[in-house]
Amino acid sequence: MGAVARALAAFGRFWWDFVVGDDVTIAIGVVCGLGTVAVLHAAKVPAWWILPIIWAVALAWSLGRAARRG
Amino acid sequence: MTSSEVFLFIAAFMACAVEAVEATTVVVALGVTRGWRSAMRGSAAGIAVLAVLVAALGPAIASIPLGPLRLVVGALLLIFGLGWLRKAMLRAAGYKALRDEEVAFAKQRAAAEVAGAAPRGRFGGDPYAFTLAFKAVVLEGLEVAFIVVTFGANAHDIPLAALAALAAIAVVVALAAKVRGPLARVPENTIKYVVGILLTSFGTFWGAEGAGARWPGSDASLLGIIPAVAVLSLGFVGALGRYRVAGATTRESAPVRGAL
Repeated sequence: MGAVARALAAFGRFWWDFVVGDDVTIAIGVVCGLGTVAVLHAAKVPAWWILPIIWAVALAWSLGRAARRG
Repeated sequence: MTSSEVFLFIAAFMACAVEAVEATTVVVALGVTRGWRSAMRGSAAGIAVLAVLVAALGPAIASIPLGPLRLVVGALLLIFGLGWLRKAMLRAAGYKALRDEEVAFAKQRAAAEVAGAAPRGRFGGDPYAFTLAFKAVVLEGLEVAFIVVTFGANAHDIPLAALAALAAIAVVVALAAKVRGPLARVPENTIKYVVGILLTSFGTFWGAEGAGARWPGSDASLLGIIPAVAVLSLGFVGALGRYRVAGATTRESAPVRGAL
């Protein structure tokens, strides 16, 4: 791997760690939650309530996994 | 000052204060072991880099239309906030060690002593102390710069967010100058928990609005979202604590392999 590719990979890794952090589950939950809000809104259904529910489920899943690992 | 501005100031101040405490622990350990001159120069260079980032990114982000801005910034704040909250909840339930500034200070001091006398740099300073102080300030400050820019842009008040961050830095530096040691009495873990709740609440509000939803009561709904997030997180901490105790009890009562 060339020096430029290594630098790009390190740059990407830094931003991934910076934004996503320890567990990707939460980031996936947030993206899914916002997508669902957009779909419900497009279907003219009130959508404000769905985002907290989806991230709460993702957070519970992530905490449960961390707790099982100990 | 509106309630949004008050929350903006509190969130930026507290987030900056905890990161400033962590960076200060490294800088003070370097100052005590390797000399203050290079440690202070490294810190000043780090703060300058962060100031340039905020000055460059702030107006650029503020020029994005409000809808897409709220969606992107809401998503990022929510990911950030839930990350902070997750760590804080695991700490509160005993799954993760509480951050201890005295331990961090001792480790940093030992590492600085082991590093030995470094060759003098081009400007007569200590490159080891300069580099480590610079790195600590930039890395700890990056999250704060991000929070200042995103919160400030969304609330159309980057100067207020930057003022809160500067006030926090001033308070922490004044305390560190007085103590000349680790700021162990700052309730860092509790502050991180509160910041996690605020970031998650604002991220939820702005993210959903950016995706098209309208909250009942508009901005006033934040007064319901913030306590709801706090109660939910305390419920998770309680559940985690019970799971931990149940696990420990099961391990104690289980027969030990190899015993009679």
